[in-house]
Amino acid sequence: MTTTAHPDTEITQRPAASTPRRRFSWGKIAAWGVMVIFLLITLFPFYWMLRTALSSNNALATDPSSLLPVGLNTGGFERVFGMQDVETAISQGGSGASINFWRYLLNSVIVATFITVVQTFSCAMAAYAFSRLRWRGREIVFLIFLGSLMIPQIFTLLPNFILIKNLGLVDTLLGVMLPTLFISSFAIFFLRQFFNNISREVEEAALIDGASKVRVFFTLVLPLSTAPLATLALLTYMTAWNEYFWALMVSYTDQSRVLTVALGVFRAQAPGTGPDWSGLMAATLIAAAPMLILFALFAKKIVNSIGFSGIK
Amino acid sequence: MSTATTSTRSAPVRRRRKDDTKLALLFIAPASVGLLVFLVWPLLTGIYYSFTEYTTLTPPQWVGLANYQELLSDPIFWTSLRVTILYVAINIGVQTVVALVIAVLMQRLTQSTMLRSLVLAPYLVSNVVAAIVFLWILDTQLGVFNIFLQWIGFDPVSFWADESWVIPTIALVNVWRHMGYTALLLFAGLQSIPGHLYEAARTEGAGEITQFRHITLPLLRPILALVLIMTIIGSFQVFDTVSVTTQGGPADASRVLQMYIYQNAFAEYEFGYASALSVALLLILMIVTFTQYWLSRAGHSDLD
Repeated sequence: MTTTAHPDTEITQRPAASTPRRRFSWGKIAAWGVMVIFLLITLFPFYWMLRTALSSNNALATDPSSLLPVGLNTGGFERVFGMQDVETAISQGGSGASINFWRYLLNSVIVATFITVVQTFSCAMAAYAFSRLRWRGREIVFLIFLGSLMIPQIFTLLPNFILIKNLGLVDTLLGVMLPTLFISSFAIFFLRQFFNNISREVEEAALIDGASKVRVFFTLVLPLSTAPLATLALLTYMTAWNEYFWALMVSYTDQSRVLTVALGVFRAQAPGTGPDWSGLMAATLIAAAPMLILFALFAKKIVNSIGFSGIK
Repeated sequence: MSTATTSTRSAPVRRRRKDDTKLALLFIAPASVGLLVFLVWPLLTGIYYSFTEYTTLTPPQWVGLANYQELLSDPIFWTSLRVTILYVAINIGVQTVVALVIAVLMQRLTQSTMLRSLVLAPYLVSNVVAAIVFLWILDTQLGVFNIFLQWIGFDPVSFWADESWVIPTIALVNVWRHMGYTALLLFAGLQSIPGHLYEAARTEGAGEITQFRHITLPLLRPILALVLIMTIIGSFQVFDTVSVTTQGGPADASRVLQMYIYQNAFAEYEFGYASALSVALLLILMIVTFTQYWLSRAGHSDLD
């Protein structure tokens, strides 16, 4: 990991009010008890997803309360990935309708990746202009960008839908991406804070050596900001991956359907007997997995950046 | 020009600094296009549409305040507003208390990043995933929570199909997804309270509860206000969970404003009326924001 100074590491590592730690107390045990209960509530649904995904629908109906998978099998996952023939799927409680899961997964990856790369770069450029370049109207334009944070999503959804429709981009991946492809005012605000803290001396030394401001941005500012850029990229990826409302509006067919929307469709495909819970849980698990894996890898960075993003 | 005066006044280093307007315009170009086309323009056209009769087949036709008059006498609008406010109240009330408890416990018990990461886990999954998981856990017949309720001697509850349960249920599902995130925001705020205040209080014999009431709560107030306003604005925009689980039912019991807007736009193709509803929601959010801002100005941090 980089050793770049991160504003939060200082705060989070500062010891809290020092308590006499060794002392045994009932209060502390009760406090831990409450904490454990909260943790159970937090984590139980994840376990239940896995447990149900590995169960068979028929066994679930007879033994719904077992803490371990019942009728252990991977049928749920097979149905999600379309690896089961229709008859087996129906006999195991699936709808038998084909679901193009790989396609949705690919669509989600394309959308989230494009948005993350383009948006982070475009916002880094803007943040640099607001932080390090000198031009008239800088403060006013920045205030306008900041003010746009106040516009609620619902308000832009309908006009944006009409715009995308007029552009002929409904039900295309580009249509799903466009509204958030170039801009997140939050990202600009977030990065500007970091760029402001980069030492002026280093920048001026580079400028005296004849480097242009563009060069300074690419060879100095961006490399010095890898930590915040990575954090921001992660948060952006997560937001794009989890987006539902807009995607639901613009995508109708497999060619632009992303995972979140596909999950809703999958849930609505319940066969006559009741939902295919085992298949649904397998699907939600697969939809959540990329985020959980990314999180497992970068947990510390994300956790430390949350305090920063919210408070400062 | 101002650049000229600066360069004559100061050292050679300063002389190199010039006006970067051209480069700056180039650098803010992509973000500005995004801002103007997908935020500012929709804001303006949305307001315009709200004064029109606009179905997808014909171009918008100016009807003045007709949509707003319809809105004021539309019982479904008022029901959806009431449902939305009920949702926000339950969601925010429970979430703030739970998040505050978690944040204080984390601060007093452990500095473990591992624990903080675990608490954040639900925030990583989408609303859709959270909705489907709880649809299953709270299922009337096979849901494990109802089996647990029966085991401790209660009747099973049809959480998703009972008019009085459906909004609390949706609110609590979203509390589950967001409580860890809110707790971490509050935790960051708690960390900035100087430890010596607690030490001083303890030497004077103050207990945990007194410390919480007289140190933690007052000093956390500004951050608490900020977090509250963010979460209230966020929760007014509830849609995903309702869309995946109940679609607004049973009857109109979970038809939140956004659901009503969506149905007007995409089931009835009444874009004009849907836009007027959006403007109403925007006005409500503005009122909430300004009230909150005004209230939090009235209570600056005692640290300053």
